Amino acid sequence: MGLAEAIILAVVTASTPLLLAAAGELVVERAGVLNLGVEGMMIMGAACGFAGAYLTGSTLIGALCGIAAGMALSAIFALLTLGLAVNQVATGLALTILGIGLSGLIGAGFVGEKIVPAPQLHLPLLSNLPFAGRILFAQDAFVYLSLALIAAMWWFIYRTRWGLVLRAVGDNHASAHALGYPVLTIRTCAVLFGGACAGLGGAYLPLAYTPFFIPGMTAGRGWIALALVVFASWLPGRLVWGAYLFGAVSILQLHAQGAGLGIPSQLMSALPYLATIMVLVVISRARGSARSAAPASLGMVFVPDR
Amino acid sequence: MRLVLERRAERSTTIAIASPLIAIALTLVTMTLLFALLGKSPVAALWVYFIDPLTDAYSLQEIAVKATPLVMIALGLSLCYLANVWNIGAEGQFLIGAVAGSWLAVRTNGTDAGHWVLPAMLVLGALGGALYALIPAICKVRFGASEILTSLMLVYVADLFLDYLVRGPWRDPKGYNFPTTAEFDPVATVPVLIEGGRLHLGAIIALAVVAAASVLLGRTIKGFEIRVVGAAPRAARFGGFNANQLILLTFAVSGALAGLAGIIEVAGPIGHLQPGISPGYGFTAIIVAFLGRLHPLGILIAGLFLALTFIGGEQAQISMRIPLDLTKVFQGILLFYVLACDSLVLYRIRLMPTHHRAGYGTG
Repeated sequence: MGLAEAIILAVVTASTPLLLAAAGELVVERAGVLNLGVEGMMIMGAACGFAGAYLTGSTLIGALCGIAAGMALSAIFALLTLGLAVNQVATGLALTILGIGLSGLIGAGFVGEKIVPAPQLHLPLLSNLPFAGRILFAQDAFVYLSLALIAAMWWFIYRTRWGLVLRAVGDNHASAHALGYPVLTIRTCAVLFGGACAGLGGAYLPLAYTPFFIPGMTAGRGWIALALVVFASWLPGRLVWGAYLFGAVSILQLHAQGAGLGIPSQLMSALPYLATIMVLVVISRARGSARSAAPASLGMVFVPDR
Repeated sequence: MRLVLERRAERSTTIAIASPLIAIALTLVTMTLLFALLGKSPVAALWVYFIDPLTDAYSLQEIAVKATPLVMIALGLSLCYLANVWNIGAEGQFLIGAVAGSWLAVRTNGTDAGHWVLPAMLVLGALGGALYALIPAICKVRFGASEILTSLMLVYVADLFLDYLVRGPWRDPKGYNFPTTAEFDPVATVPVLIEGGRLHLGAIIALAVVAAASVLLGRTIKGFEIRVVGAAPRAARFGGFNANQLILLTFAVSGALAGLAGIIEVAGPIGHLQPGISPGYGFTAIIVAFLGRLHPLGILIAGLFLALTFIGGEQAQISMRIPLDLTKVFQGILLFYVLACDSLVLYRIRLMPTHHRAGYGTG
């Protein structure tokens, strides 16, 4: 395997957790809810996913545990922000703090243990093609799943009636409510979906990226996923190359560190975070006059009048 | 059955004061269950967590030492949150404040510099924190970039920058390769209040900041502006208040306070710059701000309470082998309950039979 091939494979693996978590958050934000707890849900997904896979020896059960953990946390978020009309920013932060603490508690017993990482699915014949074969047809199941998820999301949001309702709820909850749509129920479903995706994205880290669990192993990926949604202007298609771009930055900085260019390693490690800030500034500035692609009701509290 | 929220006609002062207390009570109940789940005696664990630290002088001082940065950071954050701007990167501003102030301590180390060093360090720390906080504020005002995400990203950057300094240019040559600067000189150290104790001048500074914040919010036009911009942005625009200017101001002030807390922590209890100078003060301070209901006096009390959980958590780890992460779980749960109970101040909560829904479904 050549270096270029190895780098591209690594980029895909680094991008997949970002893509999964960002995909979920995109649906949540399209419904008008800002869940800042992605980091917390991801790290819980990582801890529970690893625990599940370690105890049962099955990657699938691990992934399901991760999904369940993400959904459980997002259910708390839904209860507070949708049921009790609590500020979404503060609740999302609480979710992250709780998730980091709980994952440490759950994961403590598993630190230092190893599992068999998720296998790469080699498609017969196709994966034997030179160069492209390894990259396109020999990834693990999560990679294909994440891309299928984006396609399905695009179809749901733009081609189905309920996708239209979802966008209506996110753009003007008062009107959607007046038309008789159950705003809070739709938002709850979106939030739970977001939790499931974040949990799966987090579970990907110990199940496929590294075959072990370290406390705090998400290292800000949840926050980068949030930034990706802004970067993608809330469009599913753009999310894909946004995620791969960020994956590329984080892998290239690792290789640059390895090459020893005389640049402090800390500066290279800071690159993904600095890149996020730059991208947010550039995107927000470019959008400036066309006043924002963001769902109009994003982050606003909705209490149905009786 | 379903949950229905009814907006209260007027705010209830009783509930406003009671809600943090209810939140704490609910958190304790939840903790009791968690302790039982972990197979520890809840009574013994709660005692170690919340009562034991209050019974000896050393722990009492230690609570005040831990509360100092929490209160200072939370006061700054409360200004932001009142104005409805979201600085969540106080942890990074704390670290940069520590770095900025330490620069002078490192430069003057071993020289015969006089007593001007410490005051100058405190000024540099506050300045460093304020400038660092202005980055997300300017990105917000000039380009409309979300201050939530940028301020948080800068936490990771600050952490790596500090790490670089203490492993590289500022490392103590006599430090056996440990990533730390040399021990600060006495003139670069925050003096302790009681000889041989841990309580230091920072506690007094924190109290002064509480007083200043009370005056700012309760007695000045600026404080009024901050609250109007947060509570009624439209009214604020009609009133001619400059929202952008307030974003810059609240960020700068909160950054300065976080930076000041950072340099006080480094020049006080720690005595040198090293990685891991904060056990998450910047994030815990967010909880302190909300638990204190964004009110200076409330924040003082809330800061002492959360400092108690840090000390209690450490003691529980030592004496009962309870994982330290439980403290974070505790803090997260507490914030949830605080926010949920805050909802009681604004709304009356009713449980309604589900079939009532049809009546006002399409309104």
